[in-house]
Amino acid sequence: MTVYEPWDAARGAEIIAEHTHLEGATLVILHALQETFGYVPEPAIPMIASALNLSRAEVHGVFTFYHDFRHKPAGRHVLKLCRAEACQAAGGDALAARAESKLGVSLGNTTPDDRVTLEPIYCLGLCATAPSAMLDGRVVGRLDEARIDALVAEAQR
Amino acid sequence: MSLRVFIPRDAGAIAVGADEVASKLEQAAAKRGAPIEIVRTGSRGLYWLEPMAEVTTPKGRVAFGPVSVNDAESVFEAMLANGPHVLRLGIAEEIPWLKRQARLTFARCGVIDPRSLEDYRAHGGYKGLARSLTLTSDSILADVMASGLRGRGGAGFPTGIKWKTVAQASAEQKYIVCNADEGDSGTFADRMIMEGDPFVVIEGMTIAGIAVGATKGYIYIRSEYPHAVEAMNAAIAAARRGSYLGSQVCGSRHSFDLEVRVGAGAYVCGEETSLLESLEGRRGIVRAKPPLPAHHGLFGKPTVINNVLSFAAIPFILAGGAKAYADYGMGRSRGTMPIQLAGNVKYGGLFETAFGMTLGELVDGVGGGTFTGRPVRAVQVGGPLGAYFPRALFDTPFDYEAFAARDGLIGHGGIVVFDDTVDMAKQARFAMEFCAIESCGKCTPCRIGSTRGAETIDKIRSGERVSENIALVEDLCNTMKFGSLCALGGFTPYPVMSALKHFREDFGPAPTRLQAAE
Repeated sequence: MTVYEPWDAARGAEIIAEHTHLEGATLVILHALQETFGYVPEPAIPMIASALNLSRAEVHGVFTFYHDFRHKPAGRHVLKLCRAEACQAAGGDALAARAESKLGVSLGNTTPDDRVTLEPIYCLGLCATAPSAMLDGRVVGRLDEARIDALVAEAQR
Repeated sequence: MSLRVFIPRDAGAIAVGADEVASKLEQAAAKRGAPIEIVRTGSRGLYWLEPMAEVTTPKGRVAFGPVSVNDAESVFEAMLANGPHVLRLGIAEEIPWLKRQARLTFARCGVIDPRSLEDYRAHGGYKGLARSLTLTSDSILADVMASGLRGRGGAGFPTGIKWKTVAQASAEQKYIVCNADEGDSGTFADRMIMEGDPFVVIEGMTIAGIAVGATKGYIYIRSEYPHAVEAMNAAIAAARRGSYLGSQVCGSRHSFDLEVRVGAGAYVCGEETSLLESLEGRRGIVRAKPPLPAHHGLFGKPTVINNVLSFAAIPFILAGGAKAYADYGMGRSRGTMPIQLAGNVKYGGLFETAFGMTLGELVDGVGGGTFTGRPVRAVQVGGPLGAYFPRALFDTPFDYEAFAARDGLIGHGGIVVFDDTVDMAKQARFAMEFCAIESCGKCTPCRIGSTRGAETIDKIRSGERVSENIALVEDLCNTMKFGSLCALGGFTPYPVMSALKHFREDFGPAPTRLQAAE
């Protein structure tokens, strides 16, 4: 589990200022904010726009285009299951369904107690040790029923 | 003398327990009071044997694998005694699966410490750059042309021509961009080389910079690859310290520096113009071509944009290997291709070989069929936009033109193996669904076509007016293929049409199937 700072405008401004000198800094800043706060808080959007001399709409457009950026915090643990072809070929469909039923949420959702966010990911590049998953940044391959159960249990703790 | 043990830090090895095995080996050594030096390498790419640990012996590096945490202690004892063990595989380089490869690009991957510039140099690294610094731009370009290297990202465009176009463009600033947005399922060669031999990518990009007169490079790595991001950043820092990057590369008049940028989960950013938009800090919306990136690329400046594997092939070529490189291969596909065997395959991993092996040799011979032990029914070659090939086409040689002639593509060299439990109508639907999720939205055939395609395949699967709806999907695929701006919408028809063509029996109750059942 990763611990994030609560949103703080001054801290946000500081992070933005650290990166404004870069060419094409928008994604770098969005990543840095999400790494610090766990998501990209709404008030940060106009701050980025003003720092980079862009319109709010442009920054909002970038923020919403990419799957990675969150508009609200994820659950305490994030379990990403690879749902691409190589993992499908290796039995990933059944394992994903199993994780969904154990957690009681479908892919792309967070459990009501905010403990686990379950997400699909389209390829971790672990295609020769498929099916694979990532729990809070830790990669796991060669999943089977026992391993997926253990991962789900770990995420629920 | 301390025992020198090598264990990969490759994400694929870590995913199956390499870190735990490494610490267990350390504990075992401490318990025995035996000194041990653990070197974390890249992976050799024999993934069914990961975690694979190697130990230095007088005869060479002896491999053990797959080593589980429970095996670590007994493996350590066998390493110490240079004795037998059930997991002992013999000299690593003599393992037949590895020995029969032609490892030009991946020569060092799994061998050296990817954090060590010294190790890279000790294994022939930076020879290509050293020679390039003695050559004119034209001579470097001539070598790249002579090698026959074509873009390894999938499009297969001649790298030499691309570089020459940028070299001939005049501008105050030019850029080198490395496309490390390896989003295709079934491919992991970029990840492996970045994690296992990052300096070869840096060297290739530096040579490109010198050849075309660019002083700045970006490596755009997908966010799904945190280990590769870390490895590249560490290598860039080491290269800077060693004066291989910076204002005077190796004391020459050339300046070149690199920066890693991390993607944010958009598959379409693997398309080069979308990637450039993303690097500029915008939505990854595809640009219309022309103008080509070579003329009007990153920030509107002339830009060489190549795949990781293209850059990684360059140091060998410039170290005097242009002809040797071109001697491998067949037809217009020269050199070697790092082929990736994935999915339901017994011996999955990275197999670098000259172009020309047949698909059947690769899947059955090298890959050993499926790990479930069931018959291979289909393979998807070239990622989510690649065609599904049935066994009947297993005589197709691995070559750009041969695959194109059979309505397929080799793409980035990934082969995903499926057994006979696969439902090809479901796979065709997934291709459309994936395109709908990942479409950048700029052009209508891709944005709308993919959603309509998924809906229509749903109708087929539920038995609704099957033949009319199949005709509709075929028509739609035609529109997407010829009407889309980029390969996402343009190539999604490949998996769909190939599934329909070769596995028609999976699409609703076809009359032939009923007859066969009676």
